[in-house]
Amino acid sequence: MRGLHWAALLFSVVACLAVGLAAGTVALSPAEVWGGLRHGAGGAGAIVRELRAPRVLLAFLVGGSLGVSGAALQAMIRNPLAEPYLLGLSGGAGLGAVTAIATRLAGPWAVPLAAFAGALSAVALVYRLSVVAGRRLDPRVLLLSGVVVGSFAGALMSAIMVLSDAAATRNAFLWLLGGFGSSSWRSLGVFAAYAVLPLSVIALHARSLDLVALGEEPASHLGANVERTRRLIYLSTALLTAASVATCGIIGFVGLVVPHAVRSLARPVHRTLLPGVFLVGGCFLVLSDVVSRTVVRPLELPVGVVTALVGVPLFAVLLRRSVA
Amino acid sequence: MILEARGVTVRYRRAVRPALDRVSCTVAPSRLVAVVGPNGSGKTTLVRALSGLVPVDGGEVLVEGRPVRRWARAELARVLGVVSQREETAFPLRVEETVLLGRYARLGPLAAPTEVDRAAVSAALERCDVGWLADRTVDSLSGGEWQRVRLARALAQEPRALVLDEPTASLDVRHEMELLELVRRLVDAGLAGLVITHQLNLAARFADRIVLLDRGRVAADGVPAEVLTRDTLSRVFQWPVAVTTWCDGSPQVVPLRTGEAPG
Repeated sequence: MRGLHWAALLFSVVACLAVGLAAGTVALSPAEVWGGLRHGAGGAGAIVRELRAPRVLLAFLVGGSLGVSGAALQAMIRNPLAEPYLLGLSGGAGLGAVTAIATRLAGPWAVPLAAFAGALSAVALVYRLSVVAGRRLDPRVLLLSGVVVGSFAGALMSAIMVLSDAAATRNAFLWLLGGFGSSSWRSLGVFAAYAVLPLSVIALHARSLDLVALGEEPASHLGANVERTRRLIYLSTALLTAASVATCGIIGFVGLVVPHAVRSLARPVHRTLLPGVFLVGGCFLVLSDVVSRTVVRPLELPVGVVTALVGVPLFAVLLRRSVA
Repeated sequence: MILEARGVTVRYRRAVRPALDRVSCTVAPSRLVAVVGPNGSGKTTLVRALSGLVPVDGGEVLVEGRPVRRWARAELARVLGVVSQREETAFPLRVEETVLLGRYARLGPLAAPTEVDRAAVSAALERCDVGWLADRTVDSLSGGEWQRVRLARALAQEPRALVLDEPTASLDVRHEMELLELVRRLVDAGLAGLVITHQLNLAARFADRIVLLDRGRVAADGVPAEVLTRDTLSRVFQWPVAVTTWCDGSPQVVPLRTGEAPG
């Protein structure tokens, strides 16, 4: 990726954020958005500053985080199909979060931690299942295990919701639908606080990811500590996924679509890929959110529906390529 | 001595016999050692043991006199370059970036490559005659080009010892000879070299010493003429061979056809 790519990318980021602020149940003109951002006065000001700005920023951060998680997991298992949703991390995180919400154990700071515990258990289970299959490093077995663990988590989530009382069920169900409808400056702050550490860890391991993507032996010969990298990357992606799931429900395929899009422009090393994926992932989820709240106005589609509509066809294409 | 195995035993789980059984060998600067032996004789396990990738159950592997398990991977990568047998790329990079991976053990997590790193990369690219491929992605290379790029990446590590596991397995005569001539030049320039190969006749002509492995044990170790003898090879490979001498004095092995009398 060259300077021109980055300039175009930064321009797109600004454009996406602007579209995110302008679009919605009440469409605003660029002048109203600008005025609302600067002065905060009147109806437009309240909509822009209190509702849309945190919503758009949160969607951007979550999209970037899910994209980065996908890219990092893809280097780990050396396959472009890896992604938090397909590897069962999102499902595990969802189960943790639903449990916390349904049992009313948890406030906004604790739901991500419950989700983190769920995501880590899911990673461990997926890993364990593929070891039982005797093919620890076969990406197809890992993905199959991921999907199975994800469905299992989904089944348990349904059970918990059915067994909880009505109010808890309603809360959990609304959360499970996913989306950025209830975004606030506080939820943005909670997410950012949880995301900073894992994003930094992944960024610091950009070079190790280049090496690990070569395979265990070549990576070791070139100086990577493969076991340590693997542990840190799984922990970091689990935490990022957990924070996303706790904040806005299960949103799949961002980690699949976005790294693929960036790689189709250039085939960069991770030092370039990761920032690119973060920015493109942010734009992708902001735009998906715009679509989700405008196509059936005044209702909102869950944003996960939009990302799945883009992600599933791409999954089919990538699957065909990787099995062929 | 840069690399030294002292009575190394490696036992894989659930294996009937050890993969390596009290194997000793040494690799010194400006010396090329060839390791030969039948399939499953432990050649690749020896590479893995020498580079600290399998724990040894007995004996010791020393790198510059220090046990290999006490080296951090990045530290080891600055001394020892290894080109393993197979490598499949999942996310192909450009050739130049691939060779730059050889510098990672010398780069901090966020530091940009310096002039020194760039110079080491271009020198490695030139030496392996792949400079003209610098902007190609590695999935577009032929087998011979890919092997040379991997060797260039190992050279960019600026190691003191180079270990190659069947580097010429998929190469035609010209590319095989070019690669071995290159390795020989690098060794003559001061590198310590260890090459695993099935090409007994080339080992005889390029290597200073040959280690013959048989079912995890050292069956013979010495200069080519001492190791590549009719009796030893026929016994170890379980196939009758004849051994002649090429005009440079190196022994050359001719496997016999069924019913053919040794000449």
